[in-house]
Amino acid sequence: MTVSLPLKAKDYKSDQEVRWCPGCGDYSILAQIQKVMAEIQATRHNTVFVSGIGCSSRFPYYMNTYGFHSIHGRAPAIATGVKCANPELDVWVVTGDGDGFSIGGNHMIHLLRRNVNLKILLFNNRIYGLTKGQYSPTSPVGKKTKSSPYGSLDAPVSPISIAIGTEASFVARCVDVDVRYQQHILKRAADHRGSAFVEIYQDCNVYNHKAFDYATDRQTKDDHVLYLEHGKPMIFGKERNKGIRLNGITPEVVELGAGVSPDDLIIHDERSAEPTLAYLLSRMRYPEFPEPMGVYRAIERPTYEQQLLDQVASVTEKLGPGDLDEMFNAGDTWDVE
Amino acid sequence: MTDKGDPSANGNRFEELKRVAIRFAGDSGDGMQLAGTQFTNTSAVFGNDVATLPDFPAEIRAPAGTIPGVSGFQISFSSYEIFTPGDQIDALIAMNPAALMANIADLREGGILIVNTDEFTQQNFTKAKLESDPLDDPRFNNYRLYKVPITTHTVKAVEEVGLGAKDSQRCKNFYALGLVYWMYDRPLDTTLKWIQQKFGNRPALVDANERALRAGFNFGDTAEIFPLRFRVQPAQLPPGKYRNLTGNQALAMGLVTAARLAEKSLFYGSYPITPASDVLHELARYKNFDVRTFQAEDEIAAVCSAIGASFAGAIGITGSSGPGIALKQEAIGLAVITELPLVVVDVQRAGPSTGMPTKTEQSDLFQAMLGRNGESPVPVVAARSAADCFETAIEAVRMALQYMTPIFILSDGYIANGTEPWRVIRSADLHPIDIRHATDPATFQPYERDERGVRPWALPGTEGLQHRIGGLEKSDLTGNVSYDPDNHQHMTDMRAAKVANIANELGDETVFGDDHGELLVVSWGGTYGAVRTAVDEARQAGKPVSHLHLRWLVPMKRNVEQILRSFERVLVCELNMGQLRQIIRGQFAIDAQGYNKVKGKPFMVSELAKVFDEVLEGVQV
Repeated sequence: MTVSLPLKAKDYKSDQEVRWCPGCGDYSILAQIQKVMAEIQATRHNTVFVSGIGCSSRFPYYMNTYGFHSIHGRAPAIATGVKCANPELDVWVVTGDGDGFSIGGNHMIHLLRRNVNLKILLFNNRIYGLTKGQYSPTSPVGKKTKSSPYGSLDAPVSPISIAIGTEASFVARCVDVDVRYQQHILKRAADHRGSAFVEIYQDCNVYNHKAFDYATDRQTKDDHVLYLEHGKPMIFGKERNKGIRLNGITPEVVELGAGVSPDDLIIHDERSAEPTLAYLLSRMRYPEFPEPMGVYRAIERPTYEQQLLDQVASVTEKLGPGDLDEMFNAGDTWDVE
Repeated sequence: MTDKGDPSANGNRFEELKRVAIRFAGDSGDGMQLAGTQFTNTSAVFGNDVATLPDFPAEIRAPAGTIPGVSGFQISFSSYEIFTPGDQIDALIAMNPAALMANIADLREGGILIVNTDEFTQQNFTKAKLESDPLDDPRFNNYRLYKVPITTHTVKAVEEVGLGAKDSQRCKNFYALGLVYWMYDRPLDTTLKWIQQKFGNRPALVDANERALRAGFNFGDTAEIFPLRFRVQPAQLPPGKYRNLTGNQALAMGLVTAARLAEKSLFYGSYPITPASDVLHELARYKNFDVRTFQAEDEIAAVCSAIGASFAGAIGITGSSGPGIALKQEAIGLAVITELPLVVVDVQRAGPSTGMPTKTEQSDLFQAMLGRNGESPVPVVAARSAADCFETAIEAVRMALQYMTPIFILSDGYIANGTEPWRVIRSADLHPIDIRHATDPATFQPYERDERGVRPWALPGTEGLQHRIGGLEKSDLTGNVSYDPDNHQHMTDMRAAKVANIANELGDETVFGDDHGELLVVSWGGTYGAVRTAVDEARQAGKPVSHLHLRWLVPMKRNVEQILRSFERVLVCELNMGQLRQIIRGQFAIDAQGYNKVKGKPFMVSELAKVFDEVLEGVQV
């Protein structure tokens, strides 16, 4: 099959009709992924998208790559197997807040701690969409839904806090409608060697519309969002006049000027070996704080599948390539005439 | 002097026996499994046929001296071919009162009973919930009782090595082993070699264990308290080279062999569980065969990673026991609908729920056949013995790969931990496993079936074959998502037909005994040995009994129904409450009877013989 290079975004679209609700944030993410694929000239036949169950998990059907739409919560485990069998493949896991942090929470934790070299896109819309509107593990307390008519009692999880708690080697966040920034983050994830976890705030315009209004509304978002830049002080606000300072081990919002200079602010360090700063950032939440966007953490760690292959290679070097007859004849044997 | 001892030295008489069953029993820290394994290997190398039954305590370190802490190892060795470790034992070596009480019921009347009197203290009687020395009970007059201060003798024998008291006492299993070696006229060299290999870098331990072993042997020779010794001649097994394997070892070797025959990487995703963990342990050692083992975070991740590995081109295998299999079932359904190769090993144990993890049972047949949502056909094969696990594993991998299907291998705790001599084969005699991968973008359709109903296996990384699969119903040919009513019916029919088509490659079942007549006994899996032995003995007594043993449960071989209909009565013997019987009744509307037991123990030949007689007399069981 002849392919004309370079590939364009449309070359990464499959022939399947996209069937998310009109206005769903997923459309934007799909478009940005296809653009980033073209930007990095991803080889389609070496790329695999793996998903679980939920609206987001329809994603693989729309990509002209290999795809596996699996079962609820299990995409990280399936993707781990794919990567162990063939580490040459570029593997992307697409999941949602219910799929990835409720039913599949265990697999997510273990995928990240092992540092399997694949990308995880968490479409966080803070609601169950496919089952028509129940509260999710990221829904705020008190959220009124079909399954919580008097308000949800569950304290929500912070996916980024959990990812950092597992010492994931790459953790980032962006928003569906902020397309250029999203592309930038997706490309950073694609370039990372190891588990790259990206939380994408995604609007479910049917069951949880405007859940992230504070982070997307053009009028107010600059005061509610902090863009992280490695090596730079944490400054935010429409007027770039606010910053984050450490008071003991607690971050606080301060106004610049009046005795506070950028030198007093926290300098972002995404490469810090210890995840302490990244974790602290993950605790900053609207409305008390601006919510950090960008790369929280990006460190180098050996990948799981590489270590697996290295072990196979080193044992093979030590013992020699496996020989069936040697295996059959090992141990105590005896002859019967 | 040779290590065999000199039979004429003290004028002991030898009695020739055809078959002997002995059991070592002691505290879980007493090294009984080791003593049993050594006796087994020595007897196997000597040329006997052997069959073993280890009996582990459920707790890792139950309080020392108590009955829950007792660990046992039974070995049957013989001069003819045997299939079971024996109903009753001829000799019991009891290292403490708890071990005596937990095992004495299995010792035949007149059997040999060796006890370690050093451990027969008031304190240990209390731990074993006894008021006083049980040996004072006159019922022990029914056995040939030998009281030996094994611990004292051992400590004395290793005194010169200069180990601490604890390490010295620890050698007492070798002393006991040495004594039993003397009693059954076994050579010491296999164990001496093992000691050298095991403790080679710690000369003091080599010295001590050797001394203990020889001291036990020499005690028998010189103490003049044992009037009789026994000999069991080598068995007439088919010629060849043999080694002793547990079922789990044979299974792991079979999986490695099959992957090599298919020229595939073997990916094994597993989560530790009794009694299947040894398959993971064994496979983890075979890394130089490109075996990639993955200890997953849970049972679900274990099976899912295996499915992912198969999607990417390895042979994906997962293994567990009943409770873990229950957790995997949704994912096995995914492998059914995506039609990917997957091997699921179920080393069965007593259930439901956690049940009795260290005890055997055959109660997962329904779970393997029927335990998923939807119409979800999965082939099921069952290994019949420890050594048979090897061949069963190869056959299962072959069918999974060639039919693009998940497949169950049913083993059980009894054959997984029991051992059996395995005749070493030559790799050159094995048939390669042919696999066809799709490569042509011009003709590729993900769900286009061949004449057997099998869809193509297109590996990610193959140019131009990008496609999407998943758990939603697939459209015929294209594999795109489909809710079309007729398509769902068609795909359901196709999946069932594909599994049924495997029978075309299996040939016919053969009946042991007459191919028609009064009584057909049917069994599957690990009960083969007991049932075959019982049927053989009944036939030798002139009774009209035949035996059909099934390896293939789904699909069954084509002639099974015809065989079943050739007998007046069909009796299905299973270590469950009648699962295969229900299947036979349901599939063939044959009025099969059942003999069923769930006591965590294998069938005894004697109980089966009794049931056969009853059924032959017309009793409904």
